[in-house]
Amino acid sequence: MTATLFSPNTLLLDKHADYIAAYGSKKDDYEYTLSEYLRMSGIYWGLTVMDLMGQLSRMNREEIIEFIKSCQHDCGGISASTGHDPHLLYTLSAVQILSLYDSINVIDVDKVVDYVKGLQQEDGSFAGDKWGEIDTRFSFCAVATLALLGKLDVINMDKAVGFVLSCMNFDGGFGCRPGSESHAGQIYCCTGFLSITGQLHQVNADLLGWWLCERQLPSGGLNGRPEKLPDVCYSWWVLASLKIIGRIHWIDKAKLRSFILACQDEETGGFADRPGDMVDPFHTLFGVAGLSLLGDEQIKPVNPVFCMPEDVLQRIGLQPDLLN
Amino acid sequence: MCLFFYFRDRKEWADLEPVPQDDGPNPVVKIAYSEKFTDVFDMFRALLKNDEKSERAFALTAEAIELNAANYTVWHYRRVLLQALDKDLREEMKYITAIIEDQPKNYQVWHHRRMVVEWLNDPSEELQFVAEILSQDAKNYHAWQHRQWVMQEYKLWDGELEYVEELLEEDVRNNSAWNQRHFVISHTRGYSDSAILEREVQYTLKQIKKAPHNESAWNYLNGILQDGGLSSYPGLLEQVTELQDTCSSPYLTAFLVDLYEDALETNSSSYDQQETLNKALELCKLLAEEKDTIRREYWNYVSRSLQNTEYITDMLQV
Repeated sequence: MTATLFSPNTLLLDKHADYIAAYGSKKDDYEYTLSEYLRMSGIYWGLTVMDLMGQLSRMNREEIIEFIKSCQHDCGGISASTGHDPHLLYTLSAVQILSLYDSINVIDVDKVVDYVKGLQQEDGSFAGDKWGEIDTRFSFCAVATLALLGKLDVINMDKAVGFVLSCMNFDGGFGCRPGSESHAGQIYCCTGFLSITGQLHQVNADLLGWWLCERQLPSGGLNGRPEKLPDVCYSWWVLASLKIIGRIHWIDKAKLRSFILACQDEETGGFADRPGDMVDPFHTLFGVAGLSLLGDEQIKPVNPVFCMPEDVLQRIGLQPDLLN
Repeated sequence: MCLFFYFRDRKEWADLEPVPQDDGPNPVVKIAYSEKFTDVFDMFRALLKNDEKSERAFALTAEAIELNAANYTVWHYRRVLLQALDKDLREEMKYITAIIEDQPKNYQVWHHRRMVVEWLNDPSEELQFVAEILSQDAKNYHAWQHRQWVMQEYKLWDGELEYVEELLEEDVRNNSAWNQRHFVISHTRGYSDSAILEREVQYTLKQIKKAPHNESAWNYLNGILQDGGLSSYPGLLEQVTELQDTCSSPYLTAFLVDLYEDALETNSSSYDQQETLNKALELCKLLAEEKDTIRREYWNYVSRSLQNTEYITDMLQV
C-alpha cells in the first residue's frame, strides 16, 4: 500500500508515547502473548523509543529490572522471558535495557561475559545459543554486549573480525554467513560490528554506500535488498549503516522522511512497516530512530551503532568509530 | 476451530499442575486469548518445570509449535526429547517438512531442519525440498541459507548453475538467484578462469538486453569485473555503449561512469584522459539532474571524486 493524500505528514510523538506506554498492559492481547518468545527485545524496543521521545519515566523501571534478574540463567545467558532458554539476542537486549537504566550490576556481569565468550566458534563466528545457529547478527550481539560491559578483550578479536569480513560480498554488502546474499539487516550488524571493533577501514565505503543508497525507491522508502518492497525498519538498518560509513547524505532525506511519517497510524499511534498496515513496537522504534538520524530535533540523538540514545552511551563512555 | 479436548481435562495429564503465564511487569490479569493457547502453554510450562522427558511431552511440543512456531524454547525442548527418547529422525524430517511448508519464513524451523539433517547425516532430500519452497517464494532468505549450507557441507555443486538459470528465466530480477550464481562459480571453477569470466560477462549482457532495468544484473557484472578492472576488459565499453539506444537505464549510465572512473584511476593509455573525464562528468550530471535525481548527492560526490583523481589534478596543473 502506498502513501496517499490522507497519510500522516506530521510527527505524532504524543500518540506514539501513549501507544508504547499502554502496550503490554492488556495481557489478554493475543499478539502480545504470541510474542512472549521475544519479550526482552520487545521491552528494549519500547524503552528505547520512549527514552528517545523523552518519556522513559512512564515505564515501570523496578518491575522491568526484576524481570531481567529472573531471566538470567546459571550459564550466565539471558532469556527472552521467564521459562525460556537463554540466547545471545535477548542477552544483548537485557544489557541494553540495564544500560539505559544504569543498573548493569543487578545481573551477574562476569557470567554474562563468560556466556558470550563461550559462544565463539573456531572460525571466529558466534552461535546464537548452545544449538549452534551461526549468523553475523550474533557477531554483532556478542561485541555490542561486551562493549557495553567494557569487556571486548575476552574474545578472539582477530578471528571474530576475520569471520565477519569473510561475509563481505561482491557487491560490497554482507550476508548472514559467507556467501549469503547481501541484506540490509545483516549489513547493519556487520558495519556495527566493524565500528565497535575499530575495523571500518576494511569496508569498501563507496561501493557499500552505493548499494545502500540504491535501496531508496521512488516513494522515498527503503527496501532491504534489490527488487523488494520498502519497509520502515529499513529506515533504520540502511540509514544507520550509511551513517556508520559516513554516507548518510546519499539518501534523499526529505523523501525518506515523508515515507516514514506516512507509516504512522494517527488513530492508534505507532508505526507500521508500510503505510496503512498494522503498527507494532518494533517498527515504532525504527521509524522514530530513523527520523532521529535524519535530524528531527524533537527526538533525542540516537547512536547508529547501538540504536540507543547518545546520552546513554556518553554516560557509559562508549564512542564507537564512524567513517566520515 | 473444532472441538479440542483440553489437556487440563485429560486424565493422562491429571498429575500435572498447569503453570500459568508470568510475563514480568504488571500482575497477570484476566486472560481472554484463545483457551487452547492457554491450555497448551500452561502444560508446556509444567513439563519444563519438571524437566519431563516423555512421549506425552513430545506430543505436546507439536501442539505448542502449531500454535506458535516462533517460540524457540519449544523447539529446544523438542530437540532434547528427540535425543532423550531416541525418536525416529526420518519421521521428524517428514514433520519439519510439513511445518516449513506452512511457515517458511521462520528462523527456528530451518535451524531445526538443519539439526535433523546433521544428525541423520543425510542431505539427499534437501535440494529438492528447498527448490519446492523457492518455487513458492524465490527470494526466501532462510531457504537460500539452508541451500548454501547443504551444498557447501556435502559438496553438492552439480546441477546448481542450471537450477539458477531456470530461476533467472522465471524472474531475471531475482537478486537471490544472481547471488547464488556467484556462490556456485566462486566455489567451483572460479572467476580467474578467463573462459568462465567471458561466459559470465556475455550471459549477463544477454540478460540485460532482455530486461535493461535490472539492478542485480548490473551489480553482478560490476562485481565479477572488479578485480580485473572495468576499463581494461576487452570489448566491454563497446558492448555496453551499443546497449545505450535500446537498453538505456540509470544502471547502464552508472556502469559507464564506473568504467570511465576505472580508466582514469588506472591512467589507462587506451583512453584519452581528458575526453574520458568529460564524458564521465557529463553522465554524472545527467544522472544527478535527470535520470537518478533521488541519488543526486551520490552523483555529485562521484563528480567531485573524478575531478580529484591524482592523475587528473596533475594533468590540470600542467
